[in-house]
Amino acid sequence: MPAPMPDISRQYQRREQLTMLALAFPALLMILLLVVLPVGWLAWQSIWHDGFTLENYRRILAEDIYWRSFALTFEISLTVTVLAVLLGYPIAYAASIVSRGWSIVILALVVLPFWTSVLVRAYAWLALLQRTGVINQLLRQLGLIDAPLALVHNTFGTVVATLHILLPFMVLPLYATMQKIPRDLLQAGASLGAGPVLTFWQIFLPLSLPGVLAGCTLVFVLSLGFYITPELLGGGRTVMVSMLVSRNVELYDQWGAASAVGVVLLLAVAAIFFVVSRFVPLDRVLGQR
Amino acid sequence: MVRIVAQPSATQRGRPLDKGGESVDIRSASKHYDAVRALDNVSLNVAPREFVSLLGPSGSGKTTLLGILGGFIPPSSGSIHFGDRDVTLLPPHKRDIGVVFQNYALFPHMSVGENVAFPLRARQLPKADWPDKVRAALAMVGLAGYESRGISQLSGGQRQRVALARAMIFEPRLILMDEPLSALDKQLREAMQIELRELHKRIGATIIYVTHDQREALTMSDRVAILKDGKLVQIDKPQRLHDHPADSFVASFIGEASLLPVRRADACSVVLGPAILRSTRPVPDGDELMLAVHSEKLLIDDGAGDAARNRLTGKVTDVVYQGESLRVFLQLADGTSLSLRQPSHYEAARRIPPLGGELTVTLHPEDTIVVPKARP
Ligand SMILES: Nc1ncnc2c1ncn2[C@@H]1O[C@H](COP(=O)(O)OP(=O)(O)O)[C@@H](O)[C@H]1O
Ligand SMILES: [Mg+2]
Repeated sequence: MPAPMPDISRQYQRREQLTMLALAFPALLMILLLVVLPVGWLAWQSIWHDGFTLENYRRILAEDIYWRSFALTFEISLTVTVLAVLLGYPIAYAASIVSRGWSIVILALVVLPFWTSVLVRAYAWLALLQRTGVINQLLRQLGLIDAPLALVHNTFGTVVATLHILLPFMVLPLYATMQKIPRDLLQAGASLGAGPVLTFWQIFLPLSLPGVLAGCTLVFVLSLGFYITPELLGGGRTVMVSMLVSRNVELYDQWGAASAVGVVLLLAVAAIFFVVSRFVPLDRVLGQR
Repeated sequence: MVRIVAQPSATQRGRPLDKGGESVDIRSASKHYDAVRALDNVSLNVAPREFVSLLGPSGSGKTTLLGILGGFIPPSSGSIHFGDRDVTLLPPHKRDIGVVFQNYALFPHMSVGENVAFPLRARQLPKADWPDKVRAALAMVGLAGYESRGISQLSGGQRQRVALARAMIFEPRLILMDEPLSALDKQLREAMQIELRELHKRIGATIIYVTHDQREALTMSDRVAILKDGKLVQIDKPQRLHDHPADSFVASFIGEASLLPVRRADACSVVLGPAILRSTRPVPDGDELMLAVHSEKLLIDDGAGDAARNRLTGKVTDVVYQGESLRVFLQLADGTSLSLRQPSHYEAARRIPPLGGELTVTLHPEDTIVVPKARP
């Protein structure tokens, strides 16, 4: 058997791989410094206190407040995500079908709140929703209610403000996906006999699913760790995981406990995504057949 | 034991394929985008079962006209009639026409079978009937057994066929196609042209076909409509279009013609430089006339031809070898240039002088085409 010729394309490939590695190096370094190291440090802290210990985790499992807080956090995040899709989808859809000028107006309105700090927006919601706030006064003056509604210092207020702040993270990926759906496909659907409703359900909606998935992931993950709105609008009764972390550090100076809560949240999110990816064919939603 | 019974398949027997064609009447259709006249007062009559091509350069309004027929673009004025129905304001999904888009517009999230079955779903046909119909439609375009393939697994030619099957499965009496072959390579394109022609004969639907390729239009069509700047310049059978162009634009667009400015001498002759050329066709009136010389109609003068032929003499400036033929460029005494085509065999090549040499060519009065100069 003749010896195989050395393949010169190999050498070329290797050189290209090295170039790619070199180009990716700064990004990898950033991720290492800003993500991997802190998370590692977090994990370390949670299990090391004058020696190896699982005390922090035992407490999380044993104490009721942690369980309730985790459940509430996921409940609020899920609610916010679902509401964000329901509100965001029509906005993104409108922005994607109107003329270019109007879509810029719509997107500007969506993004505009970014220019105000989250703190200011949270206080603004407080002003609107509190017992003597604008909404309650208006409803009373109209004679629709006798006693003021409890719109804030509870889960409702938290959800409203969080939803408001996170809505752009739903609308923008949705719009980006919708805008890329070729108009030809919709025209083709119509020419083949499908009315507007069928065209939407069979063509537009399936093709916009990658955007829905991206938006939901962003909103869900961001609201899991949200801190300011539950702190200001939750009234102390809506204790989300992020507040457990801050209390452990600020009130009790328990860095280990705080770290453990963070690690558990991280693992829970990873587990959720793992399970979801088993049931939702992500490659089919994201890729084309 | 399994008993094997010979059974003609549904595709071979079944319903007759031929559902006949729809007649299309376009009456003074215009479309303005602000100042741009994408389509300018176009009237066009298409008979049932006819294959009509819309031919014109890019930006001439072909897609706009097709969009108006498909119902995607509302005309600014004028009306569209299918048979005796006025469909001007009818939305696309109620028009019952098959449309094949330039980039196929296949649904990427559906399999081949689901794509082809889409019109059946839209028409709420019973699901039990789908597989047979899909199978028959795919067989018709030579893709039997491709039902479960994904769109991204198909080649360009196969996507084209799927788009065709999808547009034909509901047996429309009118099919619109917007440059359906333009993305294919030359060989495949020419094969598909012949296939489309055959398919058209079999299904008998009226086809309106957009292309910017004049050969394609001449190959496939019963009639060709030439568009320019949103206006219909001429509509005719391919041969008449070639031999009786309405003006110099059509003459330059169809075939391979050199256009030379000439002056009218009388009703049957024109002046070209020092020469007088006779034509058996009536010479149009007007100051600005052009002689359209098709390169295949010029013969090298061997001295034997009859005296009635028009003769032109010039210098050979270039000879281009193009495989089956040679293209020879000549410069006349007054500086205008034209080209002739010679089959590339020894006898013909022998008669061409070297570059710079003089060559006399003849043009029969029957082939002497004088047209009014088109507005730029
Ligand atoms: N939506 C539109 N807005 C403005 N101008 C348009 C639009 N669609 C087409 N046009 C213009 O109308 C003319 C004809 O376009 P089109 O029908 O697409 O030409 P073709 O298909 O022959 O290349 C072009 O000048 C084009 O720029
Ligand atoms: Mg076009």
